Amino acid sequence: MKKTYKIEVDCANCANLMEDAARKTAGVQNATVNFMTQKMIVEFEDGKEPKAVMGNVLKACQKVEPDCEIFL
Amino acid sequence: MQEQIINGLLSAVVAAAAIFLFLKERSGEDRLNRKQKKMLIRILVSAMLLLALQLVTAEGFEPLDRILFPAAGRITRLALYLIDYGIIGHDILRKAFQGIRNGRVFDENFLMAVATIGAMALAIYENGDYLEAIAVMLFYQIGEWFQGYAVGKSRRNISELMDIRPDYANVEEDGRLIQADPDEVAIGSVIVVQPGEKVPIDGVAVEGISTLNTSALTGESLPREAKPGDEIVSGCINMTGVLKIRTTKEFGESTVSKILDLVENASSRKSKSEDFISKFAKVYTPAVCYSALALALLPPVVRMLFLGLAADWGVWIYRALTFLVISCPCALVISIPLSFFAGIGGASQQGILVKGSNYLEILSQVKCLVFDKTGTLTQGVFEVNGVHHNQMEAQKLVEYAALAESASSHPISKSLKRAYGKEPNRARVSDIQEISGSGVLAKVDGMEVAAGNDKLMRRLGIPYVDCRETGTIIHMAIQGTYAGHIVISDLVKPHAKEAISALKAAGVEETVMLTGDIKKVADQVAASLGIDEAYSELLPGDKVSKVEELMRGRHGKSGKAKLAFVGDGINDAPVLSRADIGIAMGAMGSDAAIEAADIVLMDDDPLKISKAIRISRKCLGIVYQNITLALGIKFACLLLGALGIANMYLAIFADVGVMVLAVLNAIRCLFVKNL
Repeated sequence: MKKTYKIEVDCANCANLMEDAARKTAGVQNATVNFMTQKMIVEFEDGKEPKAVMGNVLKACQKVEPDCEIFL
Repeated sequence: MQEQIINGLLSAVVAAAAIFLFLKERSGEDRLNRKQKKMLIRILVSAMLLLALQLVTAEGFEPLDRILFPAAGRITRLALYLIDYGIIGHDILRKAFQGIRNGRVFDENFLMAVATIGAMALAIYENGDYLEAIAVMLFYQIGEWFQGYAVGKSRRNISELMDIRPDYANVEEDGRLIQADPDEVAIGSVIVVQPGEKVPIDGVAVEGISTLNTSALTGESLPREAKPGDEIVSGCINMTGVLKIRTTKEFGESTVSKILDLVENASSRKSKSEDFISKFAKVYTPAVCYSALALALLPPVVRMLFLGLAADWGVWIYRALTFLVISCPCALVISIPLSFFAGIGGASQQGILVKGSNYLEILSQVKCLVFDKTGTLTQGVFEVNGVHHNQMEAQKLVEYAALAESASSHPISKSLKRAYGKEPNRARVSDIQEISGSGVLAKVDGMEVAAGNDKLMRRLGIPYVDCRETGTIIHMAIQGTYAGHIVISDLVKPHAKEAISALKAAGVEETVMLTGDIKKVADQVAASLGIDEAYSELLPGDKVSKVEELMRGRHGKSGKAKLAFVGDGINDAPVLSRADIGIAMGAMGSDAAIEAADIVLMDDDPLKISKAIRISRKCLGIVYQNITLALGIKFACLLLGALGIANMYLAIFADVGVMVLAVLNAIRCLFVKNL
């Protein structure tokens, strides 16, 4: 399953770091952060509950970039 | 001297920030967001305080020593500087601390924190110049602020350019017009589009006559006529009359949503350059940090142990700190996606939809272009192109042919009907006899008419004249005597020849045409357009293997040359997806083409192909310029910093300056109209 989330991040490098962090989160098959449109596209592994996974994604992202925001 | 320059710059910053804040507050629209405003105020306050401290100078604090206690002046001065440092840099310090706690040491916050704290410590130790640490932090923050502002603004501008999203659909209810959400309009409902409004949903016109401006979709300003029965594509702007449209699709399936979806997601497919930069950024920062550490430790140790000189710890630590300031990779990382985004935005304004940054990159490397013939280079519509050797009037002959063929649904009979211009009166025709693969025999107005190919003429024993032109030839015999022939052929598109030469001028080395048509026709079209090679009589499956063969030949020569296939997207989806890059033409309203291709040309003008290639070349050119510019300046500064020629000011100006230049350069990708 694929879902798109609106995000807020100020610098392009931070966006790359967020992408990395999201990819490494359990339950995420793949993730792409589009800095220009301020969107995060997350592909979830089968049978995972997006809400729970996104909570962890947000935590992981805020670890690498405290200022970022994902609108769940 | 340097102090005066910095003071001047500080005054400029204060003035600029104050004016900017004032103007933005007054203007009402286009306000700064809360974060940006807060940051700008911090920059302003800290610059003012710093300027004031500079003007008072160290001597200004000496009276305090006499009034309070010895060294009171010095401590007060230090405290004020520290407060200023806190105002401008507290968030950086906080983030650096959080980064360390989270086990991520090497980010730019950490680097800036170490560099400025280091400079501060050196200043306290040497009881001198606190200015440097604060100024560097200040200019770094100004750079970050500008980056956020400029990128945000250009992002909004580009998105606005691409925004063809309709806000509402007018639905008639009990004789009144109601503005409904396009998402909620069901298939088959009738919507009303008034002059000046966007068509929100695909459909068929049921009432009204108008002209439509398709420029938002195709980049062409040539208006289209719309009358009842015509298919209307969403995203067009209705110009003259009120149109009533029966919707044939839901909003989500309409052309306008598909295009929006495509363009919005385009920059999510990352190009190789982007990947390279993000990988580079990952190793660059740690590498610079370790070099800085080495620079701080090794030379003094070497000087002490081997050369017997003084260690000069202060000098080398300062140089190492300068290193850290240069190590932020943001200028590099921001300009590449921004360039691609602007390029994709600029192209979409011209009616060229690129599905991803990676495709823009591949397109710029295309050396071999393979065309489908029908519908791509030719109009795919068969027209009567000439009437030869006729005794009677040409129009009369066409009339007889149209009447004789009136019962048939063959494309040929349709072309004849079009050339005749009227609906054939079937009452004038009798005894129609179709001879499969040859033609038709019929009685028209009581006369025996035979219309068909050479086989039919031979069969009837009527001598005929062959035609020099290519196309489908219909020989006509009336009452057993030869009456001439009609040539029906596919017309070459008006810009096709220009398009091929424009492609050659744009650096495409080889043009190839593939077609299912017969060799004679294919060769003639290829020769008239200046196409290098033509392969004819191919079945759809053959086209795939031919493209594969061409790709092998191409890739063999040099791995970088890419092959693009251009088709109309209707029956060549497999080839479109097999080629390095698939370009679909005339895609307005055709979902299949939008799905299968990597690049979609909204109208069917072949000149757009060369335009797309030129846009991609320009965009990639700018990307490489930015990479070289940013890397070149960074490495030069690193070198100068290590040698002690560049100080921290130069480092921070280089960092911020490169970023500004790279962002401005990236915006150039948007201006592709006159390419």
